[in-house]
Amino acid sequence: MNKNRYIQSYCRITNNVIILNGKEVFRESSEDIKSFLKTVYKNFEIKYSKFFKMDNLSKLAFLGAELLLTDENKSSNIALVFSNAASSLDTDRKHQESINDIENYFPSPAIFVYTLPNIGIGEISIRHQLKSENAFFIFEKYNAAFHHTYENSLIQMNKANSVLAGWVNVDKNTCDAFLYLVSKKGKIEHTTENLIKLYNN
Amino acid sequence: MQQSYITYHHIISSLGFDSKSNFEQLKKSKSGIKKYQRENGDEYYSSIIDKEKVDKLFSEIGTIDKYTTLEKMMLLSVNAILKKSNLNIGDRTGLILATTKGNVDVLSTKSKFYKDKSRSYLFELGSQISSFFNFKSKAIVVSNACVSGILAVAVADRLIKSKMYDDVVIVSGDLVTEFILSGFTSFQAISSTPCKPFSKNRRGITIGEAVASVLVSSTKKESAVEVIGTASCNDANHISGPSRTGEGLYLAVESALKEAQVLIDDVDYISAHGTATNFNDEMEAIAFSRLGMSEIPLNSLKGYYGHTLGASGLLETIIGIESLNQNTLIASHGFDELGVSKSINVIKSTTKKPLNIFLKTASGFGGCNTAVLFKKVINK
Repeated sequence: MNKNRYIQSYCRITNNVIILNGKEVFRESSEDIKSFLKTVYKNFEIKYSKFFKMDNLSKLAFLGAELLLTDENKSSNIALVFSNAASSLDTDRKHQESINDIENYFPSPAIFVYTLPNIGIGEISIRHQLKSENAFFIFEKYNAAFHHTYENSLIQMNKANSVLAGWVNVDKNTCDAFLYLVSKKGKIEHTTENLIKLYNN
Repeated sequence: MQQSYITYHHIISSLGFDSKSNFEQLKKSKSGIKKYQRENGDEYYSSIIDKEKVDKLFSEIGTIDKYTTLEKMMLLSVNAILKKSNLNIGDRTGLILATTKGNVDVLSTKSKFYKDKSRSYLFELGSQISSFFNFKSKAIVVSNACVSGILAVAVADRLIKSKMYDDVVIVSGDLVTEFILSGFTSFQAISSTPCKPFSKNRRGITIGEAVASVLVSSTKKESAVEVIGTASCNDANHISGPSRTGEGLYLAVESALKEAQVLIDDVDYISAHGTATNFNDEMEAIAFSRLGMSEIPLNSLKGYYGHTLGASGLLETIIGIESLNQNTLIASHGFDELGVSKSINVIKSTTKKPLNIFLKTASGFGGCNTAVLFKKVINK
């Protein structure tokens, strides 16, 4: 079923640590996610001014993609399949706060646009010019079996050559990302068991 | 490869509490859009569901106070699908829930569910539906802006083709909330009159609400439609505005046609997105023109329902299925004079015509575009 399909590379980003292909590549304790994500951006010498307009969820997804979509990893037609538990609630709460009081009512389009979980997919698509299949799903926890099936189906049905996929969650000042690139190259087989193992590592 | 079919469907909207009555209203050119008032007194146009009727109907299957407004409507709709289809929920039955904002109204201090901090999470909305009917697996929630409802059909088709499920129930829904109205108003995207998709005098979106459900099955039956091609492509251009060249929509339709192995001439009808914003309608006209689809009869159903966000793709798919079954092209409500730069064939009056294949498209924030092709099942 998953003949010749591999997890070519993967990364794990939690509140203060980044692990890339099994190795710790960054550690920094920051007061909040916003400053942590900014330090990551600086540390990896990323140059992309639009980054600073993004909400924390989009920033997290964007940084994960930056680490994985290197020139040597990039192929044509990379699909994007992400999921999380909190959708865009972190930003939804901010928009709601701005409209709770009719006497003090200040909704902002710059915030409202980020009240969708798939905006990060749009940001990555723009950055890497991916005019490809994309979908955002919500689960209580990372659902490796579903991800495995859906990622496979995209490649099997010739909808994509490779898939950048995984979990990207921001909620109440915590962040948790597990992103990986599924392709025909690599050493780790793309199986549900391996996805669970890498997520829990 | 395993084929998939839409065998049953159901709608709750301002125009009725089942698919049949909705389609009858459209045939009579009846729009569900009316004038309402915001909390601050501002008037706006919208298409809103009768909540007293929702509670009355829901009291026959559950306890009214235990569920949010959206949950009650979704439960009613899934209940109708399960009853009509006699579906036996087993290990091979999946549930997909498609929504843009789900229970976002509970974030407001005015909501009686405000203190229930779990209720705003979309997986919790999924759990409320799956546990009510004892689905064996957890709901798969699709939340991909305004393509959610139609993308869910593509996902169901792919999961059936992957042999994960034999049957998938999809329920999609979104509400008109202060959250949404305030956001789109801040974008200056809301029309001061009922929306007029593809018209010269269009002034923006009318927001609406709806719940729509379908059963996608690996077993076909009479009056079903087959899902023959699906695709979803990003514009890679802008997060809150459509591409000027319609690139993502163009690529999505092209990919769906390729999978379906049908020619452009085989497509009898296009159910477009048509939100009635300047940029969206122009983008669609450019994409369809580039695809060589300018002559194919096309409508937007937003003039009847408004833009029902994540529900719109599935709601409009169901109307398309009824169009095929009744060989009837529905007029694009609110349309007068063509107001896009490329020629497209907007349906001006409801007419009878033999129909076999239709294309449903949707586009949304984040640059997403989805296209799905459906074909009538003719065997008896």
